[in-house]
Formats: sequence, structure tokens, C-alpha cells
Amino acid sequence: MKKDNEIRIAGFGGQGIILAGYIIGKAAAIYDDKFSTLIQSFGPEARGSSCAAQVIISESQILYPYIVKPNIAMLMSKDAYERFGGELTDGDIMLIEKDLVQPKKNGKKISVYAIPATRLAEEMGRKIVTNIIMVGFFSAITQITSYEATRKAVESSVPPGTQELNLKAFETGYNYGKKLLSSSEKNVA
Amino acid sequence: MKADPAGVLTGVHYLDGDKACAEGGLAAGCRFFAGYPITPSTEVAERVSERFPYMGGMFIQMEDELASMAAILGGSWAGVKSMTVTSGPGFSLMMENIGLGAMLETPCVVVNVQRGGPSTGLPTLPGQADMMQARWGSHGDYRLIALSPNSPQECFDLTITAFNFSEKYRVPVLFMMDECVGHMTEKVVIPEADKIDLTERRYTKKKPGEYLPYAYGEDLIPDMAKAGDGHFFHVTGLTHDERGYPDMTWEMQEKCVHRLIDKIDKNVDEIFMIEEENMDKAEVVVISYGITSRVALRGIQLAEQAGMKNIGRMRLITVWPFPEKRIRELAKKVKAFVVPEMNYGQMVLEVERCAGGQCKTILVPHGGGTVHKPETIYQAIKEAYK
Amino acid sequence: MKAAEVEEIQKKPKTRKTKSVEEEHPLEKWLRMDRMPHIWCSTCGIGTAVTCFIEAIKKTTLAREDICVVSGIGCSGRIAGYIKQDSFHTTHGRAIPFAVGLKLANPKLKVVVFSGDGDLSSIGGNHLIHTARRNLDITVLCINNFIYAMTGGQVAPTTPPTAIATTTPYGNYEHPFNLPALAAACGAVYVARWTALHVRRLTNSMAEALQKKGFSFVEIICPCTTLYARKNKLGSGLDLMKFYHDNSVIVNGADPREVDIQFQSEIKVGKFIDVDKPTYLDSYNTYMKTKLGDKFKPYGVTDEERQ
Repeated sequence: MKKDNEIRIAGFGGQGIILAGYIIGKAAAIYDDKFSTLIQSFGPEARGSSCAAQVIISESQILYPYIVKPNIAMLMSKDAYERFGGELTDGDIMLIEKDLVQPKKNGKKISVYAIPATRLAEEMGRKIVTNIIMVGFFSAITQITSYEATRKAVESSVPPGTQELNLKAFETGYNYGKKLLSSSEKNVA
Repeated sequence: MKADPAGVLTGVHYLDGDKACAEGGLAAGCRFFAGYPITPSTEVAERVSERFPYMGGMFIQMEDELASMAAILGGSWAGVKSMTVTSGPGFSLMMENIGLGAMLETPCVVVNVQRGGPSTGLPTLPGQADMMQARWGSHGDYRLIALSPNSPQECFDLTITAFNFSEKYRVPVLFMMDECVGHMTEKVVIPEADKIDLTERRYTKKKPGEYLPYAYGEDLIPDMAKAGDGHFFHVTGLTHDERGYPDMTWEMQEKCVHRLIDKIDKNVDEIFMIEEENMDKAEVVVISYGITSRVALRGIQLAEQAGMKNIGRMRLITVWPFPEKRIRELAKKVKAFVVPEMNYGQMVLEVERCAGGQCKTILVPHGGGTVHKPETIYQAIKEAYK
Repeated sequence: MKAAEVEEIQKKPKTRKTKSVEEEHPLEKWLRMDRMPHIWCSTCGIGTAVTCFIEAIKKTTLAREDICVVSGIGCSGRIAGYIKQDSFHTTHGRAIPFAVGLKLANPKLKVVVFSGDGDLSSIGGNHLIHTARRNLDITVLCINNFIYAMTGGQVAPTTPPTAIATTTPYGNYEHPFNLPALAAACGAVYVARWTALHVRRLTNSMAEALQKKGFSFVEIICPCTTLYARKNKLGSGLDLMKFYHDNSVIVNGADPREVDIQFQSEIKVGKFIDVDKPTYLDSYNTYMKTKLGDKFKPYGVTDEERQ
């Protein structure tokens, strides 16, 4: 049986962390015809600066709803990195916001991929689409959710009237990821 | 009768349990909702308040849960399917008028997205410790129906079932979710309106002047009337006769209250829904409900990987009335029941009672705040085999 | 009445075969005669209030089947059980939210809450203030007898200072509610107070309240001879009515803040508030229409009315 993908997404409030998790989960469950469960972090940590979501993607029905050991982390703030970065082990994948997270070497064989998502969003004129850029980046790098499915999930999840902008952001992130992979400009931390 | 398309959001969605429950209510034809915000159930109310204006429903955020519960009884007596939703302390506050709902025999649905307790407890984290409150929470003796979903899909499907049961048996139906199921987002398929079967309320066909609110036939369920139809009926929370008039004698108490109990007890076979697996050769049966049933399955898989065979699995979908008969049957055949639940022993008391000492009953308690570790359940299964 | 007079009456033959006895009681059509005799004590004011209510209904053009009566718990809570309308005897304090549910689920109904001061302003106080605040279109008729009577005479939020009750055996030391001021402050559009003596004015006021769009509130000061008067040595029911007669002052339009009642003080009665403002449902429909346009489905409005 193929191992489930357990994805941790974290950052600070306002970055659209939950929506990013929602889109990834939706892409898997609805457009890729897999199973997925999204759990938002409710608890004292749901207020204030930090924000987290957990997505499990599986080929079969998901029984245990929470992440036990993430194999993928998408970390969009220094706090998030410090809190969740250590959960990953050899062979896992870490996606980070290049300007906000400076990964340290810890001896583990983790593939780290960085994208200046906030800067790219600002260049598009709308900082609000940072999370969608990350989602595109996630799809390109991990291929856990397909391009088509993720694109559809973005389109069907963002507010009406903002689809065009968000799809552009998705493409930006996706293309950045593809380019990064082909240049294999990744750091092994 | 089929659902009104206006309330049915046909399609494949990615929804959390709370929103799916709200959609279930709308699909079931609920058009009056009174509630008071409380974590982790608030999203149900929010969803309804957003959707009702487009379909001619009435949402009101009441001043508290006492009022919310009273208001949905009023809504139901005016002839509109009504629901409310709450959690934790709010469920305690609703108990008073859940009792009135039982006594007046008022169809309605009360959703409880269970969180950790007692008192304020763990507002944002799961629990399953209101199960006995669902059974005995209001004073006096009565029977209600309670259902427990284990996924957002079931939050949708079973909310419709809850409405159907409430209309058929004229009782408040308690929809016992938990925070984990409520805040978990998964795929939810909502069918076409004409694929959704609804049970309609049985209104009296009697002419004004002939109608008795609590006259009943063989099925023990009286026909209903609604306010404004000219019957000039009276109903009261006092012990009453067929006319709905107070009659505070022990004889009437016996007649009135006994029927409230019988109308559920005698229909248990129609009301109880369970899911069973691998029961034929089962030596140990794991009994669970809600989110715990999913975690329990993981525990069973661990036990099977460790070489233990013949583990039966029973999931209670209807939790009240309790499937006594089935548990008694099984108790004669199996070695042990293992009951994991997010409390320190509630439904296990029922299992133990029905087992009547014929087999072991092992509780796997958990205080809530998160779900069981599958390993803990596996350990309990191992224990059961000893 | 002197003892000799009582004896004289008792001596008279009990069955008098006159035509009037066989005639239908004027309220027979409106009361659940199969529940008579009622539980209220002789000289209690609730019966008078019920009579006024029925006379008030007759004065209106409301369709009878649309009028629902909801009561809570207490002596006044039993009103719903005697009036031949769709009537609901609910739980203590919750008559108003039950009524809110009835009204909102079927806005065609005229929903009347008929209950007592303790039920409505103590245990049900929160519902009273919020339903008034929302200007929800129901009528609340509040019997105020200054005491919890059904349970044997305990202090109420309306008990005047120094008055004796079983739980203030040395006299009441709390500040009581001034109910008209409370209702008005919370947003009621119609507020009046009368005593059980003012039958004609009370009836007219109830009729006005029934026809008022929005949250209307009528307080009815009622004698409770069995408990309030007895505990406070105020005499018989007749004495209380005489007291109302001598001490009530009609001040229509009075500032509700100035109509508080002290122990055996003057009682200001009258219509204090009669203003217009959008009801809960009107506000909802108007506001949502501006927000959602044609996609909004107005609530409680027939297609015809929408045209």
C-alpha cells in the first residue's frame, strides 16, 4: 500500500494558510479522485500570529484524521519553520517562502525548495495571492496534486471575480517550481 | 416526498462537517433556524445564515441557547422544519426545552458538535462526553433519538435522516457530532433533490372541533396540527390527556409518559442503524461511534497485522435508542467487547449492561482534546484476547 | 359583607330556574369551558385580564384562527390553557422565545404572550429585553401581581420595597423593576399599564397592542389576595380594587422612567409609548433586498404582496 502523504502547511495569520490547505485537499479529493482530509488548526494557536493546516492525501479512505508524521511541510514564516521544521526526516520535502524562512542545516536529508512567493505576489500587484503562488509551487514540486486538478481547485475556491488573478498566481508559482526542478537548484539541508 | 431543489446544493463539494450538516438541514427542508454562537458548532449557523436568504428560510441568532431551543419548538408548531446547533455549555442550556420538545412531541433537530468538557473545557477540541447527557440530560423520563456521524459526508446524509426521524416519531433528534468531524474537511457528494427522500409530518385530517392533539393509533404517534389552522388546540408541558389538557394524576402520568417511551422503544428496529464488519467469526468486537470509529479501524488493522484474526467491528450510527438486542446476541458468542470512546466511560455502560456478564467489556477511555492513538486501541484488543 | 347578609344569601335556594342560567355565557365561545372551573383564586385579577383580552380580540379585525396565545409558568402561565385559541403552555420564562419561533416561522400569525411578571422579567428577562430590542412583532401581556403566586408567595423582581414575601419575611430590600421603563428602554413600540380595575381602558389598550405592528407590551396590575395582600395585610380583593381606584392616576404619555411603583404608592397608568419603527421582519426584508437584490427571497411575504 502506498504511503499516505501527510502535509503540514503553516505560516502566520493573513497569509491564507487555510485556503492553501483547502485548495490542495480539494484538488486531491475532487479533481484527482483520491481521498483527502483537511484539518484546520483550531486551538489557542488559531488566533494571533501563527496558523496551521494539516492535509492528508491517500489512495484509500483516511481513518486517522490527524498528521502523525508529516512527509511534506510548506512553511511560510520563521515561526512556522521553527515550530514544524524539525518534524521532517530523511527523504521528506520542505517548501519554504524564500524571504521569510532561512533553513539551517540539521544533518537530515531533506529536499528544500524555496520560492519568494510574497515578492512574486507583490510584483503581481496583489500580496493577497501569496498563498496561491505557494499552491502552484506545491503542485509543481511535489506532483501530489496534478496541475489540472490543482488549477481547477484554485478556480473553484477563490471568490467570484478573482479567478483570473488567482489563476495567474497559480501559474506563476507552478512555473517557478518547474524551472527550479529543471535547474535542480535545490538545497539539501 | 422529495426534497425542495431550492435547498439542495447538488454537486461534489469539499466541505467540513459543520457546513455539510448545515447543507443536510437545508436539503431536508429546514427553513427555520434559531441558534447562539458557540465553538465548535458556529460554522453550522454561519452557513445557514448565509444560505437562507436565497431560499426563503428564516435564521435568527437568539439571545442564548435557552431561547434558541424554545424558538425552534415554536417554529415547528408553526409548521416549519426547524433546527438549532450548539456545543458544550450550550447543550446544557438547551436541556430544559429539549424536555418540553419531548413532552409536546415536537419534531426538530438539535445538533451538538461535542467538545471537551466539563464546563468550558476544551472549546476548540473534540470530545464525546455528552453521550449520556443526550440520553438523560433533561429532567424526567423520556426517549429521544440520537445519531452520530463519522465524516462530513455523513454530517450531510444523517442530518436528513435526523429530520426524517424527528418528523416520523415526533421527537427532537439529537445529532451528536464531535469537533473533529465538524472541523474536518472532506469530499461531500450532494445528490439531486429528487434523489433525496423526506418524511413528511403527518397532519391531522380531522375538522376543527374534532381534533385531539394527543389521540393516537397503533403506532403510538399522534397526528399533528399546526398553529393557525383553526383547531384551537392546546398543548402543555404539564402531564396531559388526549385533549392536551393538564391532568396531574399518577394514572395520567403513567399513560402520558409511558407512551413517550413506548413510541421509541417499540420502534427500535426501525430506528437503529449500525455498521458491522467481520461479525461471523468475531471473537472480539470493537464498538465505537463518531470519529473514534475511524481511529478504531486503524487500531483493528494494527491488531490484524500483529496476527490477531476475527476482530469484529461495530459502529453505532444510531446511538440512542441503544441497539440492546444486537449486543445481547453478540455477548453470547464473543469473548470481549472493546469500547473506545472520547470520554471516561459512557456508552460502555450500555454495552456492559447488555453484555450482562456473559463476556468481558473493556473500555478504552480518552479525555478528548484529540482522538485516541490507534496503538492504544490495538493494546486493548490484545488485552481482550488474553 | 356582614355575617348576617352572608347567612341570608346562603339561605336562599341554590337552584333558581330562570332563563338566564341556561343562556350561553358570553365568553363560552372563547374559553375552554370543558376546563372550568379554572384554578385562579376568587378575587384574583387574572380572570378580569382574560375577559378584557377576549373583548379586545373582538374589537380587532384579526382573523380568530391567526391568534395564538403562549404562556410560561405560574398562575398567569395557565392563561393559555383556558383561552380557546391555538395555545401553548411552555416552560418557565421561555414563552417569549417560543412565541418568536411561532411568529417567525409563520409571520401571518398574531402571537400573544400572556404571562406573569416573574416569568417574563426574571427567569425570562433576557428574552423580554432582546425581543423588544429587535422589535419583533408580538404582543406581550404581563400580569403583575408583585409576587410569585403559584409557588406560594416568594419575592419577585417587581415586589415593591419593604413588601413582605415568603423569601423576604422581613420585607423586600431589593430595587424592583419598573416594567414599562424596561420595555420602553429596550425598544418596545407600544407600552401601556392599567390595573385590573380599568377594564374598559385595559380592553382598549389590549386591542391597540394587538393591532400594533412591532413589539407591544401591556402591564396589568392585578390583585393577588391569597398571597400578596394577605402577607402584607392589604385586605380583601375588594380592598385592593378600592386601592387601585383611589391611587391610580392616568397619565397618558408619561415618561416610563417616572412610573415606578413603591409599596402602596400611587400607580401611574396609561399609554406611555406609541411609536412606529420597522419590525424585525420588515428590517430583514428591506435590508436584504438592498444587499442581495432580486436573488433575495423575501420572507413571510406572499407573491401577491411582493407585486
